[in-house]
Amino acid sequence: VMDERSPEVVLAHAPLVNVLGLHARASLKLTQLARDLGASVEIALSADGPWVDARSPSRLMRIGARRGAVLHIRASGSDAEVAVDAVLALVRDGFGEWPTAGAVSGA
Amino acid sequence: VPEQRLVGNTAAPGFVEGRVSVLERTRGAGRRAGSKAEEWRMLLDAVDRALTETRTRAGQAGADAADMFAFQLAMLADEALVGPALDAVAAGATAPDAWQSHLDAEAAAYARTGDAVLTARTADLADIRDRVLAHLVPWSATELPLPGAVIAATDLPLSRFLDIDWSDGGAVVLTCGSPASHVAMLARARGVPMVVGVGAPLAEFAGRMALVDATAGEVVIDPSDATVARFVARRRDAAEARASAADFRGRLAMTADGTRIAVAVNVGSVAELERLDPAVCDGIGLVRTEFLFRDATDLSDEQGQFAAYRRILDWSCGRPVVVRTLDVGGDKPIPGVTPSGESNPFLGLRGLRLSLRSLPLFRTQLRALARAAAHGDLRILLPMVTVPAEFDAARDLLDAVVGELKSESVPARRPALGMMVEVPAAAITIHRFAAEFLSIGSNDLVQYITAAGRDIGAVAELADPLNPAVLSLIGSVARHGRRTGCDVSLCGDAAADPRCIEALLMSGVRSLSVAPEALGAVKMAIAAVRVA
Repeated sequence: VMDERSPEVVLAHAPLVNVLGLHARASLKLTQLARDLGASVEIALSADGPWVDARSPSRLMRIGARRGAVLHIRASGSDAEVAVDAVLALVRDGFGEWPTAGAVSGA
Repeated sequence: VPEQRLVGNTAAPGFVEGRVSVLERTRGAGRRAGSKAEEWRMLLDAVDRALTETRTRAGQAGADAADMFAFQLAMLADEALVGPALDAVAAGATAPDAWQSHLDAEAAAYARTGDAVLTARTADLADIRDRVLAHLVPWSATELPLPGAVIAATDLPLSRFLDIDWSDGGAVVLTCGSPASHVAMLARARGVPMVVGVGAPLAEFAGRMALVDATAGEVVIDPSDATVARFVARRRDAAEARASAADFRGRLAMTADGTRIAVAVNVGSVAELERLDPAVCDGIGLVRTEFLFRDATDLSDEQGQFAAYRRILDWSCGRPVVVRTLDVGGDKPIPGVTPSGESNPFLGLRGLRLSLRSLPLFRTQLRALARAAAHGDLRILLPMVTVPAEFDAARDLLDAVVGELKSESVPARRPALGMMVEVPAAAITIHRFAAEFLSIGSNDLVQYITAAGRDIGAVAELADPLNPAVLSLIGSVARHGRRTGCDVSLCGDAAADPRCIEALLMSGVRSLSVAPEALGAVKMAIAAVRVA
């Protein structure tokens, strides 16, 4: 769900679908993505914050987001929209935490 | 010396007999604090060296551990983690004190969330803490554990686990710890028996003999001869059973006279599938969807359910996946959904009875299921059906929901709709139901036929799946299935009980669904039966 307030700040939110929530591996993926993005990305469990820097794994761990929690995403900067889309895609994909059909030994 | 028994949780199964080697490190004395600027510099250097060290370790560790070190690396490189400790030094604390109290506070915050996964990560924080501290304060010398020892500690950081040579066996017993910790995952992957959470401090047991039955989560210190004999027998039995069952696990299930039996698995969460190869089973005979609602704050999250069902379908690689709609009530209450204060919950508002009275919830689940069905061989199973009208109501709702999705242009498919056969009224007159497949729920069927609860010790023996009344009813449902071409499977503990397999097959059952751990033993029992 997108909600543009101003050209610089883009907000979105999506539920965490991966079983373990925002834990070690998922936090790492998010921090790595946030570092690669041009925009500054922040995460919160509520639209009112508190917001934490998505580049910090220790801060992401501290928010303790479990499966089913709604992750709020806020990005600012020139590529804010691209950044939010990228983070949303990662969250909706469950942080890629499931072996794809191809990776599982078939029969 | 009388023997002492400690009980904890299984983190990695197995049996080990050995001497206790206590692994606690204490900080050495004799450190002299430097100036504020020196302490600040020292902490930065220590973090830096710990980073380099962790990077090296990650490179040396196997692929299974490298992932866990990646997390530690990212944390050590995180300014948000290191910053507050540096601030404390700037405010006058010594480097080791600042680092230790900050990391301990961080770990305490994880534990306070009450989230098991996050709490399990405190062991990683301790690992990071100690690796940095080691560059600030020398640890007092500790003897390396002898090969094959029973390692006892409060908790065991990942890097300490990797320091130990496990090639000669050995086991781990922890006062604290969690089966969800990284070190527990590694112990399982590497076959090192581990018992966690025994509660008692272990230092006093140093050098004493211990039997670790990690499969049962039990540790005996200074065991008596009789206890040792029992332990040895249990270990031998377990090894034999495992070896022969393992032989069968990957094979197709076949009776001694060549009749193919379908053996599917029961699963209670998506996470369980991660370690399971779909090739060892004939699909999933029962997905318990209660896991979706166990801790969910949002019971109406269609997207979350859809994603979970899709993941299960992806895993199955085209094998059938039977998903049971929410089966709560009875012994599985959900606050706010299930009624409270029923005098006999097993005969109360549960399973489909409840779903039909919580229509928004039921509709959401059916929508998510119909959407997922567009992506694989998903089938829907209704629990606790008693009369045909209930089944028909659910079928009409499913048809309506599928029509709705089509009109919204949402990809969906009308999956096959089947029912659990667990209420005797339904089992006896099964021909009255329009179910498209049947799954006999032996646990409830047995307790309703024998009027004896398995959870009531005094009558548990009466709740016998081999009671002729139970087998006769199962036989008549199986015959009905053969006559009408309706698939009949059986899930429930009887399907996984090797003593029941022959009776079930003789009653005409040709499809079973069992817990993944039971696959090998069940297939082995099937191979011993002649059905012709």
